[in-house]
Amino acid sequence: MTRLAREFHSVVCIKQVPDSAQIRVHPVTNTIMRQGVPTIINPYDLFALEEAMRLRDEYGGTVTVLTMGPPMAEDALRRALGLGANRAVLITDRRFAGSDTLATSFALSKALTRIGEEHPIDIVFTGKQTIDGDTAQVGPGIARRLGLNQLTYVAAIDALDRDGATITLRRRSEGGVQVLRSRLPCLITMLEDTNTLRRGTIQDMLRAARAPVTTWSAEEAGIADPMQCGLRGSPTVVKRVFAPRPRADKAEMVVVEGKTPAQTADAVLDLLFAQSPNLEAALSARFKS
Amino acid sequence: MPVEHFDAIVVGAGPSGNAAAYTMGKAGMNVLQIDRGEYPGSKNVQGAILYSDALERMIPDFRETAPLERHVVEQRFWMLDEKSHTGTHHRSDSFNEERPNRYTILRAQFDKWFAKQVRAAGVTLITETTVIELVRNAEGRVIGVLTDREGGPVHADVVVLGEGVNGLVAQRSGLRPELRPQHVALAVKETHFLPEETIRERFNLSDENEGVVIEVLGSVSSGMVGTGFLYTNRESISIGVGCLVSDFAEKQIPPYALLDRFKNHPSVRPLLKGAEMKEYVAHLIPEGGYDAIPKLTGDGWLIVGDAGQFVNAVHREGSNLAMTTGRIAGECLARLKAEGRPATEANLKVYRDALEQSFVLKDLRKYRKIPKLLKQNRQLFTTWPAVINRSMQAFLRVDGRDKRAKEAEILRGLKTARGNWLNVAADMVKVARAWR
Repeated sequence: MTRLAREFHSVVCIKQVPDSAQIRVHPVTNTIMRQGVPTIINPYDLFALEEAMRLRDEYGGTVTVLTMGPPMAEDALRRALGLGANRAVLITDRRFAGSDTLATSFALSKALTRIGEEHPIDIVFTGKQTIDGDTAQVGPGIARRLGLNQLTYVAAIDALDRDGATITLRRRSEGGVQVLRSRLPCLITMLEDTNTLRRGTIQDMLRAARAPVTTWSAEEAGIADPMQCGLRGSPTVVKRVFAPRPRADKAEMVVVEGKTPAQTADAVLDLLFAQSPNLEAALSARFKS
Repeated sequence: MPVEHFDAIVVGAGPSGNAAAYTMGKAGMNVLQIDRGEYPGSKNVQGAILYSDALERMIPDFRETAPLERHVVEQRFWMLDEKSHTGTHHRSDSFNEERPNRYTILRAQFDKWFAKQVRAAGVTLITETTVIELVRNAEGRVIGVLTDREGGPVHADVVVLGEGVNGLVAQRSGLRPELRPQHVALAVKETHFLPEETIRERFNLSDENEGVVIEVLGSVSSGMVGTGFLYTNRESISIGVGCLVSDFAEKQIPPYALLDRFKNHPSVRPLLKGAEMKEYVAHLIPEGGYDAIPKLTGDGWLIVGDAGQFVNAVHREGSNLAMTTGRIAGECLARLKAEGRPATEANLKVYRDALEQSFVLKDLRKYRKIPKLLKQNRQLFTTWPAVINRSMQAFLRVDGRDKRAKEAEILRGLKTARGNWLNVAADMVKVARAWR
């Protein structure tokens, strides 16, 4: 993975997630009801996929999509193929069940290494985070394990210099935008709303419906030590799952008669103090001191 | 330039399209199926009752893998007035058979399963793709479809239109007229979550596999031609009401208001107590009957399922007619293919003939007069249910009056409700004749 491939190659890591708009919490057991809830490609990953395809269309090359998940995650890969990705790899194994972000980035980095051996990778893309886990840890975890420059929250890719093996891009950071130049290969996590997802052609759709999806078990993905996979490789402990309850107190609209702002404020305060008798004493004590 | 050539293209991944694609796929044909939904079935809506027979003829062991909710052991028919219902039940332990006859299902899950079987039969399925129109050659023969995706038309020897009730592709291609409001019902449905045990106790069921179906006539439709229903799923209840679109338009009653009233009926409310609404859907149901069936075949195309108005409104059957017409179409096309005969209108006559021989057209022909009868005899939805409930009240109340006087009152009530005895007799004769 250290040298620049002759054919430009991006791998986009995607995740199949339940459509959070349609998810329900079981009223009795408080668990998430996944049955019957449609799955989608993590929406942030679609910006990563489109960006990879945009670079491919401009500079040539191949876009591979990679996911770890149950066998049904193949649907997400086929959807990505229908959008225009060239090749799809699924790593699926019972031993991956219960993976947290540490175990997931371990498994994906192994699969990326294997993919890279066959076809060297220039950029690994991910979305900025998933909508089900919301951790934003897997991308950085992969970069760390593979020793790639880590370019998170990328808003735009401005230039790709294939000869010099560098990329110039803009990254959103606290307090502004950073313009960065990095060596390739690197790992990029894309922000939302950075591009407009294309609609695949009828040819893309036909290809996606019939193309083989490369499927690897843990062993085939190059994972020798199953202790680092799945539940056993995941130090995260889920202590409790609960459905957030809407606040019991409803907001109340209060109409007060006041000619000046000061009178309105007094009227509001009177109402507040009437509801919380201790508040007036506490506040006046504080303003005296 | 066409992208590719298939033996057949099936438009739609509902029960009819799936049945046609599955049958042709199993027969070794190279089939492309196109659905506009995000996933197969995502746009499909039904009550929903699955009638085993139609599916079993294609997939005998479907019970082993299909997502089924409860098999129906009890059917209730209610005649509703504002405060009461009078009805009949049929419940039988013989419905607890090894291969139950009817199941409640959740269509989103069921259709996904069905689509999986279709793909396993070798059919190429693409979703999120809308067929815009049919492509014809110089002679006017249909030779393929144009979709809303870039990349040109896809060609096939024959196009099977399982596109559903609206029949937009056939309409745009000039193969059929626009749907008429009096030929189609608008049904709205809500799915309410209830714990499995609650459903079991509330409906007097012995386990999580037994289910109840309630079909409702009377005040539920507010004088319109329509019915209500309530089905028990494993952990939810489907409740809905449907009436003719022309009636909704005339009465100006919002469908959701009708459903709200039904849900708050004193006979229904306790059944839904504590339930949490999970889903609200609406769908059109073709209820024009035999005389509303459009032209079914032409050079290079044929119509299956709801698109062909194949719904038996009296018996609440639709998806089984869809599967049956789809299967028969698939069998006919596979036979033509094997014999090396093209799918011309003349050769596709075998499809129409096979439908005539099947229960599909026999039943629709039997009830041919029902749609008109219902439209012209609103008293069947208003006066009669009310009279029957009033009569039951009079009959059951013990209030010091002698029985002979009560019977006379009941009979008087029947007569005055319809003006005179002649009208009462005429209603009975009309229904009997239409039913025959």
